[in-house]
Amino acid sequence: MAGMLAGKAALITGAGNGIGRATALLFAKEGARVAAADLNLEGAEETAATIRAAGGEAIALGVEVTEAEQVEAMLDAAVEAFGRIDCAFNNAGIGPANLDHFGRRTHEWSEDSFDRMIAVNLKGVWLCMKGEIERMKADEGGGAIVNTSSVAGLLGLPGGSAYVAAKHAVSGLTRTAGIEYASDSIRVNAVCPGYIATDMTREVRARRGNELMNRVPARRMGEAHEIAEMVCWLCSERSSYVTGATYNVDGGYVAS
Amino acid sequence: MLVLKRAEGGDGFMAGMLAGKAALITGGANGIGRATALLFAEEGARVAAADLNLEGAEETAAMIREAGGEAIALSVEVSDAEQVEAMVDATVEAFGRIDCAFNNAGIAPVNVGNNAKRTHSWSEEGFDRMIEVNLKGVWLCMKSEIGRMLETGGGAIVNTSSIAGLAGLPTSSGYVAAKHGVSGLTRTAGIEYATDDIRVNAVCPGFIATDMTREVMSRRGNELMALVPARRMGEAREIAEMVCWLCSDRSGFVTGATYNVDGGYMAS
Repeated sequence: MAGMLAGKAALITGAGNGIGRATALLFAKEGARVAAADLNLEGAEETAATIRAAGGEAIALGVEVTEAEQVEAMLDAAVEAFGRIDCAFNNAGIGPANLDHFGRRTHEWSEDSFDRMIAVNLKGVWLCMKGEIERMKADEGGGAIVNTSSVAGLLGLPGGSAYVAAKHAVSGLTRTAGIEYASDSIRVNAVCPGYIATDMTREVRARRGNELMNRVPARRMGEAHEIAEMVCWLCSERSSYVTGATYNVDGGYVAS
Repeated sequence: MLVLKRAEGGDGFMAGMLAGKAALITGGANGIGRATALLFAEEGARVAAADLNLEGAEETAAMIREAGGEAIALSVEVSDAEQVEAMVDATVEAFGRIDCAFNNAGIAPVNVGNNAKRTHSWSEEGFDRMIEVNLKGVWLCMKSEIGRMLETGGGAIVNTSSIAGLAGLPTSSGYVAAKHGVSGLTRTAGIEYATDDIRVNAVCPGFIATDMTREVMSRRGNELMALVPARRMGEAREIAEMVCWLCSDRSGFVTGATYNVDGGYMAS
């Protein structure tokens, strides 16, 4: 029996570590060829090397997702390598801690940090979608796009102001594009992770781990591969009637 | 013809997503329930197909057995606590446990004589029957299943809610109330049993081509399809795929979720 993504060509941003890397590895295991892109090229190369060492097909690409030209170059390189893009996982993102704004309330955010958060977590996703959809439309076969939103793309999260704004916007982009391309065989969905054990959440875990776990019914962090499983399903033909959806994978967080 | 995956991986074969699991499916005689029973069997599960319509459930079980799978058929009226207990007992007797339960039995407004009626025009009998089957039936099944799963060390439950369990839907008053109730039950039980290795989730189908939607589609098909971005009805199989994933170990961090599978309906 073939893998869930047998024969598909996939592009993953933020693939240098965390959820992006776990997804790249699962995609490869399920039969996809993978272009692993990241601002951190070295990390992306490690991801691609791990896939190739296991007998899979992968390339690594450097990208700053806020730069339209770099996004275009990334997409061109993926198409050049694999002939097309069937699946795209727009996952590159930053947390408040990356901007030294951990725990700051709305009025305490600096304008520079707000702008950077929106540039990476929102505009970066839009730039990637734009280029991917153009290529998927040109290609008869269509495709599947998954964006990384967040539980913060569905609910408020104190101390996460600009992050929450950007992720809510990603949920909005996803719903809108899901509707717009529903009859073009392009499905657009988002995964909304809860607290996942990755580099991005290291600081919040160290500072507020116990308090946060009390709010997660499962009483544990999720693993990156548990998000990857959802992304894989959404990129597969098993989810053919799913578009514009924003699925929380969160150990029960949003339900409570 | 069903093609069953092998129970174990190896030799270039992948194990099915539900290999070795014991599953109970209500409403297993047709539509989404039957499609899910067949997919579960393909993915390696043993299946108890339960339905008020025993003949239909027996057909479903026979289809699975002909393909080399393991299945039994059970008769159940889900609004009757004793019958639900008996169904769950029979499943445990046949398979030793219940790993996956799909509480899917349900009826439409037309089945209680209240189709095309706004809230004030629904009959009380029709309202009561709708709540009894679509809400209380799900609760009774969950209650019994969770009791067994707590004894046997966990499991995964999926309830059939609906886009009508997430949004209003004109002329479906009692149906919408019941399905919103199912979404609420799902979220609550998802939280309550999250540390007992019991995951509880709901699938929220949009307009799916089954017997249940035939009447409304014949009256309002064009109008309704204009509301669905994909401009088509979903197939029962496309709901089954979500149920299968939610019952598998691939969704280990998902509980209390209400996932719409709707061709974009909820997004618009």
